[in-house]
Amino acid sequence: MPSITRDEVAHLARLARLDLTDEHLDRLAAELDVILTSVATVAEVATADIPPTSHPLPLTNVFREDVVHPSLAPEQALAAAPAVEDQRFRVPRILDEE
Amino acid sequence: MSAQPDALLPFADAVATFDPVLGLEVHVELGTATKMFCGCPTGFGAPPNTQTCPTCLGLPGSLPVVNRVAVESAIRIGLALHSDIAPWCRFARKNYFYPDMPKNYQVSQYDEPIAVGGWLDVDVPTPDGPRRVRVEIERAHMEEDTGKTTHQGGETGRIHGADYSLVDYNRAGIPLIEIVTKPIEGTGASAPEVARAYVAELRALVRALGVSDAHMHQGSLRCDVNVSLRRGPDQPYGTRSETKNVNSLRSTERAVRYEIQRQAAVLAGGGRVVQETRHWHEDTGLTTPGRSKEQAEDYRYFPEPDLVPLAPSDEWVAQLRRTLPEMPAARRRRLQADWAVSDFEMQSIVNAGALDPIEATVADGADPAAARKWWLGELARVANERGVEVGELPIFPADVARVVALVESGALTDTLARRVVDGVLAGEGSPDDVVAARGLKVVDDDAALLAAIDEALAANAEVAEKIRGGKVQAAGVVVGAVMKATRGQADAARVRELLLARLGVSG
Repeated sequence: MPSITRDEVAHLARLARLDLTDEHLDRLAAELDVILTSVATVAEVATADIPPTSHPLPLTNVFREDVVHPSLAPEQALAAAPAVEDQRFRVPRILDEE
Repeated sequence: MSAQPDALLPFADAVATFDPVLGLEVHVELGTATKMFCGCPTGFGAPPNTQTCPTCLGLPGSLPVVNRVAVESAIRIGLALHSDIAPWCRFARKNYFYPDMPKNYQVSQYDEPIAVGGWLDVDVPTPDGPRRVRVEIERAHMEEDTGKTTHQGGETGRIHGADYSLVDYNRAGIPLIEIVTKPIEGTGASAPEVARAYVAELRALVRALGVSDAHMHQGSLRCDVNVSLRRGPDQPYGTRSETKNVNSLRSTERAVRYEIQRQAAVLAGGGRVVQETRHWHEDTGLTTPGRSKEQAEDYRYFPEPDLVPLAPSDEWVAQLRRTLPEMPAARRRRLQADWAVSDFEMQSIVNAGALDPIEATVADGADPAAARKWWLGELARVANERGVEVGELPIFPADVARVVALVESGALTDTLARRVVDGVLAGEGSPDDVVAARGLKVVDDDAALLAAIDEALAANAEVAEKIRGGKVQAAGVVVGAVMKATRGQADAARVRELLLARLGVSG
């Protein structure tokens, strides 16, 4: 029983806006299955008293004071934009969404 | 979008047949100087893309750092809502692809919000005076705002090639607090008013806390309205719709009313309500369907690896608790007692948004009744004409207090005072400037008034005879003529007094 199905990979690809061919999906489903199975062995070692690690550093409450730093000049901010109009990023409209 | 208008059931029929359940999600944009995770400024209305940096643009190699004041504001909001403050919580990534977030994810909180539970009491206006309703709070969490997209091109959306969007990331990364209610049940026909009163109370609360200016028309306080209907209080919840883009108190009320009527028509016709996001259109008063709701798992939330957890200490929370101001409800009770007004009058003041202006006017020395008369009368009328809140009119409470003082001292009549206020609203300066510039002074020179009275009597000889004959009520004609001759700058009561004395008649 694979830990990830081909349909799940196709769903994830759609969420990530990746247009994958059938061959890609087959290959990725198999590769992701191996990865997930390998990672799952960790779960065998972890017991209930070991909380999942989201952050390796034992730090909390790292803050910045509410002080303004200079922003980029708009031409810098827009330098990597694929297209610019009226000092704004011009992007394709995504249909069927707001 | 939908060419066919929605079928609506009359509201009274809808609430007679169905039991509405509300859920309100309010986004409050915090008034911090800088963004949630970077030092970019947050001013409203700056030219596009002038308040961005590598962090809020999501450029490679940039890292977020949490704004301390934003967290303090979140905790203070939680405390004011009687929530429990989480002793430990994390930020989470909400992954979605939409150009309003340059990173392709929004930093939010998922299953570990900073504030859990709580309640807010709201006073719902009724014809019999306010009725108190307790709204239970589910949670309040921190997140970052998105950029502003403007869609360009073909109105109909048919010419896809011509359609594109322009994005301004000035707003991306501004700290937001999202406050989510538990399902609000048992409101029945008053559901629209409860929704409005809740948003109004929350707005008053965050303003009192000083954490946001909470201007709905500028989007610094926004409401998503969830509505579902069921056959009765003992039935399971119905399918809900979520209406976004609700940007005024009035819209909150209207959007709830509309969704109740729309869903009731669907259900009464044997149909099923679709779970979807809908958009409120202020101009038409309609909601239209948006995208169908993505499942939470599609957002693939996971703990934000670039930010360490938050662990507010008991000392810090206690210290923040000591900074809480008088809550709006307590303040209203105090002012109501100070001003000696009824529940109903207080409700009118609050509804008109006149609480702050009246309090400030009284603080500047005006009698509460006089202050109330101005802010609920002439000024409310002008604000309504201009489509703004009364507090946004270009007149200071101190100006109103000065006008009240001038009327009390007899320097202005009510008529003149209105002209002075008109002048201040027209940008002609302070009340004293307007009095001087427009020459608006009460003619208090009795000799001048008597001369005007004699002229008016000569021009109205018949009326003069009637008055002499005892028809005192005819005096109004002569008083009116004198007021006209003095361009309204005489004290009508004094004119009448002098007139009657002149004719040897007692009033």
